[in-house]
Amino acid sequence: MDTPEPSFDAKALSAHGLACRRGGRMVFEGLDFSVEPGALLYLRGANGSGKSTLLRLIAGFVPAADGELMYGDDAWGTGDAALSEAVVYVGHDHGLKPALTLRENCQTYARIMTGKSLSENVLYDAAETFALDRLLDQAVRFFSSGQRHRASLMRFLLADRPVWLMDEPTVGLDADNREKLAGLMTRHLARGGLILAATHDPIGVAGATVDVSQYAARATVQEGWL
Amino acid sequence: MSTPLSATFRAILMRDIRLAWSQGGTGTMALSFFMIAVTLFAFGVGPEPQVLARIAAGVIWVVALLACLLSLDRLYQADYEDGSLDDLALSPLGLTGVAAAKILAHWLATVVPLILIAPLLGMFMNLAPEGYGILLLSLLVGTPALSLIGSIGAALTVSVRRGGVLMALLVLPLYIPTLIFGVGAVDAAMGMVGSSANLALLGAVTLVALAIGPFASAAALRLALE
Repeated sequence: MDTPEPSFDAKALSAHGLACRRGGRMVFEGLDFSVEPGALLYLRGANGSGKSTLLRLIAGFVPAADGELMYGDDAWGTGDAALSEAVVYVGHDHGLKPALTLRENCQTYARIMTGKSLSENVLYDAAETFALDRLLDQAVRFFSSGQRHRASLMRFLLADRPVWLMDEPTVGLDADNREKLAGLMTRHLARGGLILAATHDPIGVAGATVDVSQYAARATVQEGWL
Repeated sequence: MSTPLSATFRAILMRDIRLAWSQGGTGTMALSFFMIAVTLFAFGVGPEPQVLARIAAGVIWVVALLACLLSLDRLYQADYEDGSLDDLALSPLGLTGVAAAKILAHWLATVVPLILIAPLLGMFMNLAPEGYGILLLSLLVGTPALSLIGSIGAALTVSVRRGGVLMALLVLPLYIPTLIFGVGAVDAAMGMVGSSANLALLGAVTLVALAIGPFASAAALRLALE
């Protein structure tokens, strides 16, 4: 745990005039932000203001309707292969296979993301961080929802990638695990990684904030719609 | 020494084969459906050996096709529901490679067992002795098209609840060429006519499906991720 970790060769991620349309409705438009390597950006905003959509847009799942997203001097790829090398995304779904044990889930995930097998040390460290080390050989279908959520957060430690996209990472975490998560994020930032976190709760790591609600589309549905 | 990409491909392949044969997987389900449904035909049509022998190849092909369809339902849907499709989309392989790996895994884990058990069912159906070799060969050449075409249907209906019926409507008409040439090959061999023309056409259908399947599946999955 105390061995010095190599720092990332990450670049700044920035958005200019970003807009996104879902189901024919403009979710947000004219969104600007910039995240330097080693910096954390909180996405805040009311429910439905587009925090999750923005994260999925950055992960490349949702296309942008307008604007550009830059990684260093390059346009953030629109295909699925180019940008996927840099991102770990953990959303509301935990992505665990109930029939497999936690160990198998983690090993499969790491192999799919990196093509290499997972070292035991990394696996134990990750499991220990979220107090799941006793459950490694337990099938995931016996996990509680809190345990599943913690297991899904382990993904940040399993794939060694610079850009972390966190969607509500603190939901269902107790104070102790929240602290662990904060420690993890601080360590990632110290290595020169980038974090974008959509959350309502304070995590306790310093970072800039973007309020996504402010970029809500100005063109609203006409009055007298009923 | 393998490159990371082929290791990633193998990781997805092994994962899916394993899940197909773990609890709640489709492997056992498709195999038992295949055996029971063919046996039902033997009971339903009655014990006249000539009639059974006449319809043997057709029944085995049709039921194999339905068993395959039954298992395709969950090809992407399970991953979509638990969120691991997001992880797969972020793998360095890209969605096209992911789709190819999952299709191959489906064929190996679900369809190959059907082919292996087919001679036994041929015995139930009083298949003529000269039909066995060509039945196996035609299944071997033709069934990859079932997985490839079915994958497109499965990817298109991935976000539709109870989309299995819709998928069947989309996919079954496209299975007709495979069915015609597959049964045609067996019938030709039993009629002492060469079956190479039918086999060649069967192979052609499979190759066309191979050229289209992974790309179309990836495009449909990209829509589902939005």
